[in-house]
Amino acid sequence: MDEPIRVLVAKPGLDGHDRGAKVVAAALRDAGMEVIYGGLHQTPDAIVQMAVQEDVDVVGLSILSGAHMTLFPKVKELLDAAGAENVLLTGGGIISPDDMAGLEKLGVGKLFGPGSRLADLVDYIRAEVGQRRTAAGSA
Amino acid sequence: MRTVDPSSGGKTAPRSAKFVTWQEAFGAAKQREAPFETVSCEPVPPLVTQDDVADLDAENEIGLPGQFPFTRGPYASMYRTRLWTMRQFAGFGTAADTNARYKYLLERGQDGLSVAFDLPTLMGYDADHEHSLGEVGRCGVAISSLQDMETLFDGIPLGEVTTSMTINSPAAIIWAMYLVTAQKQGWKLDQLGGTTQNDILKEYIAQKEYIFPPEPSMRLVVDTMEYAAKHVPRWHPVSISGYHIREAGSTAVQELAFTLADGFAYVEACLERGMDVDAFAPRLSHFFNSHVDFFEEIAKFRAARRIYAKRMRDKYGAKKERSMTLRFHTQTAGCSLTAQQPYNNLVRTAWEALAGVLGGTQSLHTNSMDETYALPTENAVKLALRTQQLIAYESGVANTIDPLAGSWFVEDLTNKMERGAEEIFAQIDEMGGVVAAIEKGWFQREIARSAYQFQREVEAGRQVIVGVNKFVEEGEDDTIELLEISMDKENEQVERVKKLRAERSAPKVEEALARIRKDAEGGVNLMPAFMQASEAYATLGEMTDVLRDVFGTYRETPTF
Amino acid sequence: MTEAAPVATDRDAALVERVRAGDQRACARLMTWAERNDPRYAAAHRAFVGSLGTAQRIGITGPPGAGKSTLVEGLAEHWRKTEDRTIGVVAVDPTSPFTGGALLGDRVRMSRLVLDPGVFIRSMATRGVFGGLARATDDVADVLDLYGRHTVLVETVGVGQSEVDIARSCDLTLVVLHPGGGDTIQAMKAGLMEVADVYVVNKADMPGLDRLVQELYDVLELREIPEDQRPPVLTTVASNGQGVAELADAIDGMVAERRASGALDARREENLERRVRRLVDGRLRRDVWETQRLAEHLHKRLAGSGTLSAYELADEVLDVYRGAGRDQDPSSNDPSLPDTSPEDSA
Ligand SMILES: Nc1nc2c(ncn2[C@@H]2O[C@H](COP(=O)(O)OP(=O)(O)OP(=O)(O)O)[C@@H](O)[C@H]2O)c(=O)[nH]1
Ligand SMILES: [Mg+2]
Repeated sequence: MDEPIRVLVAKPGLDGHDRGAKVVAAALRDAGMEVIYGGLHQTPDAIVQMAVQEDVDVVGLSILSGAHMTLFPKVKELLDAAGAENVLLTGGGIISPDDMAGLEKLGVGKLFGPGSRLADLVDYIRAEVGQRRTAAGSA
Repeated sequence: MRTVDPSSGGKTAPRSAKFVTWQEAFGAAKQREAPFETVSCEPVPPLVTQDDVADLDAENEIGLPGQFPFTRGPYASMYRTRLWTMRQFAGFGTAADTNARYKYLLERGQDGLSVAFDLPTLMGYDADHEHSLGEVGRCGVAISSLQDMETLFDGIPLGEVTTSMTINSPAAIIWAMYLVTAQKQGWKLDQLGGTTQNDILKEYIAQKEYIFPPEPSMRLVVDTMEYAAKHVPRWHPVSISGYHIREAGSTAVQELAFTLADGFAYVEACLERGMDVDAFAPRLSHFFNSHVDFFEEIAKFRAARRIYAKRMRDKYGAKKERSMTLRFHTQTAGCSLTAQQPYNNLVRTAWEALAGVLGGTQSLHTNSMDETYALPTENAVKLALRTQQLIAYESGVANTIDPLAGSWFVEDLTNKMERGAEEIFAQIDEMGGVVAAIEKGWFQREIARSAYQFQREVEAGRQVIVGVNKFVEEGEDDTIELLEISMDKENEQVERVKKLRAERSAPKVEEALARIRKDAEGGVNLMPAFMQASEAYATLGEMTDVLRDVFGTYRETPTF
Repeated sequence: MTEAAPVATDRDAALVERVRAGDQRACARLMTWAERNDPRYAAAHRAFVGSLGTAQRIGITGPPGAGKSTLVEGLAEHWRKTEDRTIGVVAVDPTSPFTGGALLGDRVRMSRLVLDPGVFIRSMATRGVFGGLARATDDVADVLDLYGRHTVLVETVGVGQSEVDIARSCDLTLVVLHPGGGDTIQAMKAGLMEVADVYVVNKADMPGLDRLVQELYDVLELREIPEDQRPPVLTTVASNGQGVAELADAIDGMVAERRASGALDARREENLERRVRRLVDGRLRRDVWETQRLAEHLHKRLAGSGTLSAYELADEVLDVYRGAGRDQDPSSNDPSLPDTSPEDSA
């Protein structure tokens, strides 16, 4: 799979702490990915619309406001409804282990809390996208 | 990259024979495998001697507490008269929930209140706005109208406590609601003390909770400063904040310089409006982060006072001492806390708090150990408060003023901080000032770079974070109790706003909103209009919408 | 070299039909094929090319930060509001030559368009070299045409030849400048000034406007273009919409005029020629260096051979290529070769 992995990085909700989103965007770029930066304060509808038009492999969301239990499921639901169920939804923020587990049950990918290593995120995305592309016959 | 420069200042003065002997012995000794740098990725010398600070004019640059340039503290007697104010930031759920938490904290010896608002409030949306979905009462308390403000302070005499409110873009409106609430409790405006953060520049630079473009935002800030100077003299209308700049990933010296530069921009804006510097400067306050690098932080605080005093006197012509003294609030670094091994956060917070105290802070917030997961529980908040009380009453550090003065290392570091900040000021001036640099995305880019550099050093193991990249424990992390906020709170608040809209007098609201529009367009000080609208129970969202319409909204150009 | 002409399968054809019918996800996927130089795209293209040509394609280029994205947003909003016209946007940002990654940030400036189903935005990275960029953007614009978009706006940063090239392969090229950057001179160096059909001086609210406009007229003077053929100069403040309606009308006016005079057809023909040449160049290059493994040949010759003339070696490489190319087509019988050409798609 030599084609660059395309990732949409965005911040849903109202919080403006974009340090994490920006560090992640820069790291993914440096790992050879094409990062579409969706910016701050995006609604779930807008995020999914961007993800579909950009035909991304991954949507990465950063949420520090505590609204993750509302926002992740909403984005996942809309992605599925748009036929983009194959897109990996991942992200990070201030999220308790219980909440992470709960979200994973809903089909959200691994989530990364404060103190996570960028390298782990990069590896995770590469492995997941590799699998998904192969499964989809790279179509 | 690991070369060791034993002399910190690079002085060329001849060294004593003893020093040369030490240098040789040091050179011969084996070095521990470590980068020897601060958390800001600045190299640290192994030893600082008197020679390194030989140029320092101790009398004029360090001086005495309460005397220019206030390096040793803004007051002559410092903590011998009064300890710092222990002020824990709190707010969550509905106004009634937070009201109960305030009463809990006041009963346990907290001195002042500090309000955390939820994101919809910070962004000028009512709880029932579509953008508020899932965010109501999460990061703080939801205040959609005067009604909520009245509930928030129910049973708390506003003339007797001081209240700090962390609010920025809509600060003028929220402050108006507070003033009206106090008036309704029977207090006069000149009896009220407290602080509104109201520092919009750092929003563009770091926290990104802006609504309007910089220019009208600056006007709102100046409106509050003018109003405070005339009618609410005990209020601090702006708390010039570096905290968020640091949390966004800046280095210590960037935090110092960017924050002070923002403050000077407010000073210049007030001077432009024709205000007298000594009429408003005494009410300016600052707010810094206290990060994990103990000495770097102390040097930062000391340098901040010195730089500020010099500029206020020499550049802006301040005459009153109070206009030249920098007084600040400190919060320990949220970004230094880790989700792994959360109990470690208690320990980090303790020495961060100690650095704030040794740096001479006027008030302090200590973070709770569980904040990397959620808003703090009551227990965690209590421990954080106890941390301050332990420092104040058991450690003995509050007995003498500025105990680290004269430490060659600390003085040298303080000088470096000052020089570094001056270099940054020069860069900002060259770009045409703070607002121009914001519009160019300069601050944002500088911070993003520092944040990324730090993260890479962590990943490479050069910067050690215990529990994250060293002494990692496999398997389950310690489990701690977490605060749950249910969606019911959101629904409750949404209903409350809807009910209010139905019950209040619509014509009064219309009239008040029309006045806001007229004053916004006419360049009149907006505070009286906001107070009138608050009294009519116009909501925060309604008032902000008028301003959105008149001022437009801001979007930043992302920089990486 | 002949390349086995790929044939569109039913499934591929179905994707094309879905795009034509307005299926957003299908449109995005077909773009991905184009961008990856997937052979299925070339096959599909042959089939749908007949229905292209209805979209008017506007290239927008200029120095970094001139306000191109803000202007794209403004133009799109204008056309959406006044006549419900459908819009496609292609926003191109550079790929890092070191990591192959890219940060595509134009969308942030176009956030007001996101939820409008009448606007389709696609961000692209420049990815490779050798005109591969222009090939892919042309194709993505084709897909938007097929998707039925009335107007397609293609934004690139006017810093390098290939970016300028993209802007040129449209029906009309806007060069956006802004006061205060000393950009005009740089823009001239990049060959930007020559490709403009319209100059837009944006950020007219900033100091230095008059000087920039004057500088611009001086440049046009210098180039000795007859007065009546000079590209118009329009001023805008993209951030508050000032001058955007006038710009939109000017664009529509010029396209209509060119359509009527036949100049549009001539331009499209030129563009098509350049496009074909780019494809041929790309394929030849791939053929020489990869399919025929002449890079390996060259390396062998270089190894320890002292000083050789570059000219001599070039002749030698081409001789081998001509000899080999006549009697074999290894691309059709060597399964180990990649089926995409890095030159085209890289
Ligand atoms: N003052 C002023 N600022 C503008 C105007 N138009 C755009 N800007 C600002 O200029 C900055 C860059 O705008 P963009 O639209 O991102 O510029 P761009 O040319 O697309 O930039 P790149 O894609 O990075 O090359 C933003 O901060 C805009 O808000 C204008 O007319 N006046
Ligand atoms: Mg752009």
